[in-house]
Amino acid sequence: MDIPELHPRLESVLHEGWQGFRGEVWKRQIAVREFIRANHRPHFGDAAFLQGPSARTRRLWEAVAGLLRQERERGGVLAVSTETGSGITSHAPGYIRREDEVIVGLQTDAPLKRAIFPQGGLRMVEQSLAEYGFAPVPETIRNIFEHYRKSHNEGVFDVYDPEILACRRSGVITGLPDAYGRGRIIGDYRRVALYGVDALIAERRSLKGDTDGAEFTESVIREREEIAEQVKALEELKIMALAYGFDISKPAATAREAVQWLYFAYLGAAKEANGAATGIGRITAFLDIYIERDLRAGLISEAEAQELVDQLIIKCRIIRYLRTRDFDALYSGDPTWVTLSLAGMGTEGRPLVSKTCFRVLQSLYNLGLSPEPNLTILWSTRLPEGFKRFAAQVAIDTSAVQFENDDVMRPQEVGGVPLGDDYAIACCVSAMRVGRQMQFFGARANLAKALLYAINGGVDELTGVRVMPGLTPIKGDVLDYDEVMTRFGQVQDWLAGVYVRALNAIHYMHDKYAPERLMMALHDRDVLRTMAMGIAGLSIAADSLSAIRHARVKPVRNASGVAVDFEIEGDYPAYGNNDDAADRIAVELAEGFMARLRRHRFYRNAVPTQSVLTITSNVVYGKKTGATPCGRPAGQPFSPGANPTNGRDRNGWIAAGFSVAKIPYAAAQDGISWTASSTPGSLGKTPEERIVNLARCIDGFCNAKGFHINVNVLDRDTLLTAMEHPEEYPQLTIRVSGYAVNFIRLTREQQLDVIARTFHASC
Amino acid sequence: MPAADPEGARTGYVHSYETGGAVDGPGVRFVLFMNGCQMRCQYCHNPDTWKEKAGRLQTVAQTAADIGKYAPFLQVAGGLTISGGEPLLQAGFVGALARRVKAEHGLHVALDTNGAFAGRLPDRWFDPVDLVLLDLKHIDPGRHQALTATPLAPVLESAQRLARMGMPLWIRYVLVPGWTDDETHVERMADFVAHLPTVERVEVLPFHNMAAYKWEALAGSRYALADTPSPSREREAWVRARFAARGLETA
Repeated sequence: MDIPELHPRLESVLHEGWQGFRGEVWKRQIAVREFIRANHRPHFGDAAFLQGPSARTRRLWEAVAGLLRQERERGGVLAVSTETGSGITSHAPGYIRREDEVIVGLQTDAPLKRAIFPQGGLRMVEQSLAEYGFAPVPETIRNIFEHYRKSHNEGVFDVYDPEILACRRSGVITGLPDAYGRGRIIGDYRRVALYGVDALIAERRSLKGDTDGAEFTESVIREREEIAEQVKALEELKIMALAYGFDISKPAATAREAVQWLYFAYLGAAKEANGAATGIGRITAFLDIYIERDLRAGLISEAEAQELVDQLIIKCRIIRYLRTRDFDALYSGDPTWVTLSLAGMGTEGRPLVSKTCFRVLQSLYNLGLSPEPNLTILWSTRLPEGFKRFAAQVAIDTSAVQFENDDVMRPQEVGGVPLGDDYAIACCVSAMRVGRQMQFFGARANLAKALLYAINGGVDELTGVRVMPGLTPIKGDVLDYDEVMTRFGQVQDWLAGVYVRALNAIHYMHDKYAPERLMMALHDRDVLRTMAMGIAGLSIAADSLSAIRHARVKPVRNASGVAVDFEIEGDYPAYGNNDDAADRIAVELAEGFMARLRRHRFYRNAVPTQSVLTITSNVVYGKKTGATPCGRPAGQPFSPGANPTNGRDRNGWIAAGFSVAKIPYAAAQDGISWTASSTPGSLGKTPEERIVNLARCIDGFCNAKGFHINVNVLDRDTLLTAMEHPEEYPQLTIRVSGYAVNFIRLTREQQLDVIARTFHASC
Repeated sequence: MPAADPEGARTGYVHSYETGGAVDGPGVRFVLFMNGCQMRCQYCHNPDTWKEKAGRLQTVAQTAADIGKYAPFLQVAGGLTISGGEPLLQAGFVGALARRVKAEHGLHVALDTNGAFAGRLPDRWFDPVDLVLLDLKHIDPGRHQALTATPLAPVLESAQRLARMGMPLWIRYVLVPGWTDDETHVERMADFVAHLPTVERVEVLPFHNMAAYKWEALAGSRYALADTPSPSREREAWVRARFAARGLETA
């Protein structure tokens, strides 16, 4: 039995919160999924029951909207709490408008006031403060990290080798979480609501007891220390909640408590860990059980149920971290990826669609648009029609939700275990079983640049600096496909090695110097770890290879013999047109790089996975990459994620989607991202038709094994107007490669990139 | 040796295809544009498809395979629409293609036609066709001749014949200011359509001159409507209402 038993004496005190709940297994073990299975009631109806925002919610959101405006005017950061490092109990309670807050809790003592995380790296904190015009950290904190405590960042740079540093500098590997928190860990925050913190502490203690008297090997010592730290984190969480006036040692007894307990758990985790993506998990079916119980008992009305959800969503919208300008240039729009996953099917064939899935989507109407939380709909062709319709309607109205194929993920085995029906998405497309699986997030390797290294003998095309040792450049006037492929294979072999070394170092040090104690306290002890690698520039690399194979590509070399441009004679099939001649190259690239990664050894025996995802970093990757053999000029943005190159997909967006769907999920278990943009008219003639057609499209794409689809339904004109008059579009949201962003917070470059992207169908 | 496949080997001239069409039949569709048209509609927005022996000459088997690649999508999302040009100019190819796509993938098949040649085809030719998008250009014989350079009578006969066969019809009527929007003719057209029992909906399509660039590229043709405006929303609504007044569903 891999699920540990609860301490038997605790069972009796738990009963109060559990009245009316069915099932037995989850009462004896920490097994939230079993609780959901036993108590979930699917909603097969439509959206007619939904309610608008309460007066309290309206006032609260108005206050937040005002603060968000000030934040923008202040240059992106409203305030920073520099006097103390962030921790679960570091700050006094904070409120937005206490009298209107049904759900309470802030990261610091005031809304949108950001905390600092010096244990990640003092230099980053100081740089961020300087960049946004805030006072430096006080001497006391600097003193601690200069003389007594080491940071994650310092640890990493102590062990990096010259090749890692060279790759990092040239950008052939970009976005390594060595200067910011790794994120992408989802604590099972539901556990706190269902069991209360005391039961969780008891469980941790009993786990630690398992190795009392055992041989103290390195791994046993590490585990015992980690559990001890997790217990401390849980104790701190109780104290944090008490400061807000709540005792969360016992299970939540009402819907409001369940939302509050769960949010406290999430908040504690967000206060402790400076994660790049801090998802809240898959919470709708769980919370719905509490809401339904209270509704049946007449304790709350539907309007109050909606109020609970809206207020939780407000809190998710104002999660903030202090980042450097570099980070923002890479990811843009100040993202936090508070990903909230909803819907999907149960493995026994019942939809996990509840009324609370609808309520969460309704928040986009009640509060207006927002990129956060990153609402992620786990789509199955078997979802109830009423939900499909509503989800499609929300996508058309807001462009603020994304769809991921539950039918592909549910049976997918990661590390030998199917993802099943209680996984959630972290960040954009990274699936993990909640509380049972976590990932070591790891940036991206730039395959387009790697291809240029193959052509240029390991010399960087922009700087002329040798990055990869021991390779000679390709000679000759016309590039030969076989020769390029041989070299490219060598470069990828080398690159995979450097990349894995960097990530192993990062996660070793992250565990050591910036551990996510609370998040891990809300996981099983024997957690499955994945090492989530990634590739960028897939379409550019695939098109370039297709051009070399099917057309004549002549390198234009500079005085030092580096190919800085390419002349193409003839036509070539491009990735994105559902043409195997090009698409197969993309598939082979993804599979080939994954196979190369698998040859390596991973920290903590992590299972390697990879993503084809760039979020908004496609712009920065493109900027750092010279001209490519496909005809793309130097510096031009890559297409996002697994998208075909902008403008080269000529057979419509379904063909583009089919090309993307060919990349097998098994070779990219950390997700494959596809962003499709469409004008309203091209989805159908009437609003009703558009809704039906979009739902059918998602069904069709999922039926064809497509993994992920971001849908933007926008007029190009709207975006152009928003660029010129941002003040009129404070909440305009668009989707980019797995993530929604506030359009007006993108850099001008990124805005132009979004507009340049293929808007399929124009009439 | 593969079995002989005379149907699959049949060839046709294909202009192009679009994989995400949501305005040519129900759902989201694979829209196949065939080459060739006998009409010369002054408002045509695809004049580049007029030439008969142009585009790609391809076999039924190849074309069906191209469409088949999207079958898992189209089965759920919509289906196949064969358009043009005028697909019935290549009725042999189009019929064989429709039969094959229906047999192999069970797709919903719609035919977007001006109808003039439908009368020449046997009933069984239409077996794999689930829906006809019938483009009616004008109800007055003289104006029809002037607008399309072809006679009206065969079109109306085809419409009645398809209705008698029980074929579901979506009528498409392009609203061109000064040509097709006057009260008398709209009323008469609506009367005619109302007497076709299998009409499921009437699509009133406002004229737009976005095809001007296609006309410019055509040697020897003059785009007489280059300066014609799109109809006003009020006029469009009024025309729809004429059809709706006869119990027809309009879009």
